[in-house]
Amino acid sequence: MSDPPLHRRLGLQDDEYERIVATLGRTPNHTELAMYSVMWSEHCSYKSSKVHLRTLPTEGPAVLVGPGQDAGVVDLGDGVAAVFKMESHSHPSAIEPYQGAATGVGGIVRDIVSMGARPVALMDPLMFGPLDEERNRWLFGGVVAGIGGYGNCIGVPTVGGELRFADAHTANPTVNVLCLGFADVDRLVTAGSGSPGPGSLMLLYGASTGRDGIGGVSVLASATLEEGSDDSRPSVQIGDPFAEKLLIEASLAMVEAGLLEGLQDLGGAGLTCALSESAARAGLGAQVDLDAVPRREDGMEPFEVLISESQERMLAIVDPAHLDEVRAVCDRWGLPSAVVAELVEGGGLMVRAGGSIVAEVPARSLADDGPEYERPAEAPPGDDVEDPTFLPFEKDLADAFVTVLTSPNVASNRWAFEQYDRFVQGNTVAGPGQDAAVVRVPGSLKGVALSTDGKGRYGRLDPYLGAVHAVAEAARNVSVSGARPLAITNCLNFGNPERPVVMWQFAETIRGMRDACLAFGTPVTGGNVSFYNESGDSAIDPTPVIGMLGLLEDHRLRVPSAFPAGGLSVYLVGDTFPELGGSEFAEVVLGIVAGAPPAVELTAEVALQGFLVAAAGETLLSSAHDCGDGGLAVTLAECAIGSGHGFAVTLASDLPTHVALFSESAARAVVSVDPTGEDRLVQLAGDHGVPLLRLGETGGPRAVVDGHLDLTVAELTDAWEGAFPRLLGERA
Amino acid sequence: MPDAPRVGVVTFPGSLDDRDAMRAVATMGGEAVSLWHAEPDLRDVDAVVLPGGFSYGDYLRCGAIAARAPIMGSVIAFAGRGGPVLGICNGFQILCEAGLLPGALIRNRSLRFVCREVWLRVESSGTVVTRGLVPGEVLQVPVKHGEGQWVATDEQLARVEDDGLVAFRYSSSDGILDDEHNPNGATNHVAGIRNPAGNVVGLMPHPEHAVDPDVGPTGGQPLLASLLEAALAGAPA
Amino acid sequence: MTTFSFEVLVSLKPGLADPQGKAVEASLPTLGWTNVSQVRVGKHVTLDVDASSEAEALAQVQAMATRLLSNPVIEDVRVLQGSAG
Repeated sequence: MSDPPLHRRLGLQDDEYERIVATLGRTPNHTELAMYSVMWSEHCSYKSSKVHLRTLPTEGPAVLVGPGQDAGVVDLGDGVAAVFKMESHSHPSAIEPYQGAATGVGGIVRDIVSMGARPVALMDPLMFGPLDEERNRWLFGGVVAGIGGYGNCIGVPTVGGELRFADAHTANPTVNVLCLGFADVDRLVTAGSGSPGPGSLMLLYGASTGRDGIGGVSVLASATLEEGSDDSRPSVQIGDPFAEKLLIEASLAMVEAGLLEGLQDLGGAGLTCALSESAARAGLGAQVDLDAVPRREDGMEPFEVLISESQERMLAIVDPAHLDEVRAVCDRWGLPSAVVAELVEGGGLMVRAGGSIVAEVPARSLADDGPEYERPAEAPPGDDVEDPTFLPFEKDLADAFVTVLTSPNVASNRWAFEQYDRFVQGNTVAGPGQDAAVVRVPGSLKGVALSTDGKGRYGRLDPYLGAVHAVAEAARNVSVSGARPLAITNCLNFGNPERPVVMWQFAETIRGMRDACLAFGTPVTGGNVSFYNESGDSAIDPTPVIGMLGLLEDHRLRVPSAFPAGGLSVYLVGDTFPELGGSEFAEVVLGIVAGAPPAVELTAEVALQGFLVAAAGETLLSSAHDCGDGGLAVTLAECAIGSGHGFAVTLASDLPTHVALFSESAARAVVSVDPTGEDRLVQLAGDHGVPLLRLGETGGPRAVVDGHLDLTVAELTDAWEGAFPRLLGERA
Repeated sequence: MPDAPRVGVVTFPGSLDDRDAMRAVATMGGEAVSLWHAEPDLRDVDAVVLPGGFSYGDYLRCGAIAARAPIMGSVIAFAGRGGPVLGICNGFQILCEAGLLPGALIRNRSLRFVCREVWLRVESSGTVVTRGLVPGEVLQVPVKHGEGQWVATDEQLARVEDDGLVAFRYSSSDGILDDEHNPNGATNHVAGIRNPAGNVVGLMPHPEHAVDPDVGPTGGQPLLASLLEAALAGAPA
Repeated sequence: MTTFSFEVLVSLKPGLADPQGKAVEASLPTLGWTNVSQVRVGKHVTLDVDASSEAEALAQVQAMATRLLSNPVIEDVRVLQGSAG
């Protein structure tokens, strides 16, 4: 039996190998092959997704920096920029949940820092298999602890996110993390901001380099070592949040003092990526001295140093005149630093180690000229399962209500979110548990609203609608808080793109995201694609997670989710249709995930957003809460649970009661308003063309839907709050 | 009008709430002075705050490495002269590791980090952060820590209770002591400890995050107001 | 049935970053110890097992050590035998 050729064992296709040979005009050596294999991997090159991502809208008046850099940048006015991005760390988390999640936080934070921004908030959308399986509980507990362990230790508050549970995530948990940063617009470190030229130095600082994350490429080591040597190179990375905190402070001190020409984090593909991208962006090449790289381990081979993904490292591009000052900053924060390269004319990356040249390749060929595929896409055959909306329902309505309310997709996330510091930095106006988190812009009245939303179940039934819903719900969550949606980032979580069905799901998702973003005027500023989330024949549902950023001109005008008092009038904004397909009710009460997800009328969504923002601006709204999973019933319950104020409402609907209560029709919200503001609210709704239905009043200790449901708020609270502790066996 | 009291806030590598403490001091009318762990000079401050965070990653034991930093010799001497010293969260852990306060802080009973708003019952008015407060009064302040369970040897505990060295206990909003309102399982619900002179206080909850009503509760205001008063007076209460 | 005592030592695999060890190592020189290197921090677990033979107890502890007390992906584990108690 003969082994396949080396390039294939490194994950490169035959035609990709031919392309490398053509680029170099010769056969690549092992070190060069390793560099191409990591840079041309799906993870770094986006080779399967690029053709689709290109169709997304990326420009708008608020967008300062769009896709293609470490993070997107949005103009908040008054010289302040919001920098934000989302990434996945699902694969590492499936192996070692604590460290996988922790290093995911570290990576996205460095992306924000490398733009010259101070990280000010984290959000964590997480998806796991059902918690009745022990391994899923282990993954869930480990990921949550890892996010807390890292985020809490670097002093960046975790202000929101969401938890989702589905069978499809049993083998493949989805761990996404979004980071928001603030920067002065004129201090942004972007591709165009510095002016590195020949002679500029590349200073590597932070942690030393070990054999972390070499993973698949370690086949090179075994290929060059003796047969049978049991050389298990660990591919799991251990996070060091303490080092990250020092890295943040040191990097921002350099930015603040104007010492840098460029700044790059080291993430996937390590030094190879940082060196080649920095050089390519400057339109230059680089002379690299690998021997200068501080090592954690002895005997590392050049390719290992080049592709190591050791955490907590950054690369600064520095004018030699500022080198001493930059190194003094590193010293003050106790960070080792070393000049590892110099920018030179021409586009070549020349790497020296041990007195000889170990690699010589065009920087651009690694960073920008990777392969690009238009992979075959094919829709799966449709299912002929009956839509649950029209099935007869004869169970007890109150039981069904509590079942939906205690589903882990709906129940209180407190168990997880109490493990995250939401107070540090002192700017969290609204934290976990609100529709959108709101972070105050330091020194101003402005607030940035953020929401992350993914709709995996809808995506499974219809990936186009799943994506539209994700964008729409994220925008709605931002606008119920009173903020104007400005732009999105995203993390696209999918199975194997080499399977036509997955590629079709991806293409449909992009189409949906595009339509929704165009309708809302919220361009895509960047994001991340995570493919290969499948094992055996089990792939995750196509799950685009959308991170929506909105602006509140005055954070004091933020509208809370819960009813703040008794004696208020309660309105349902938006129309309810018979839509139980893909609903929480259909899954947990009827045991059916089938049918069509609710339709989305984009013009209705836009009208709703405009109405909510206008009403908030006039301080008409006492509360506003998005209607999402679990429909009107859950929305009302959460409004009451959040404050302890009950309600009495009437369902004026022609629909069957369970449909009216649990339909997940889009473009809806529940608002409460002081009776003195009702006339104006009705008028405003008319102006925006938004349907408005008066449901009843707030007040008292009970949650009453006239003739259908009557429970105490205390009962609902206990059910909703106690769901996770019960599922995890911590409470009877 | 007297000058604003100068309150030094020490930044150790890994300190996180240092900026927040400085902002809170300024909000309450003090002059916040940044102090650096490696420099023993206290810059003529009238009071010292050791802020929260994860100094040195809290990797060995919480506060253990910071307690031996160059600046700590000066802080210990300052405390010995009766200067007001407040340790918050990691700062409390540092004060215990430095031997300025009795007991130690270990992992929460739940073994999980906990971030929530809690109620503190004032137990002693004879400290630099409780001037003007009456024992039994309750204040709402956030906690956020993984290792905040205060423990002591039987001997230490007896002395702490006999000498009235408990500054704050976790309670319900009505001042009731029960397990439900003890976020970390602390012995005798202890949230904060004072030294016998009352000029050194450590507590796990974060008064600096309970000053601005836009971003949290306001139970930290009277504590910091008291600290500023004590700093101005130049001597312990 | 006899009670056997064991110690289980859990350490990060060689080559993996050890932030705890690094932080301790970096702080020792400030207290005057400048000749220390290779500090690594692990976990030390002690436990008693009731079993009919020492071999049976050891086999059980070894199984527990790899299945729960350590994560073989990142950690090495060593079981030290104590005494019958």
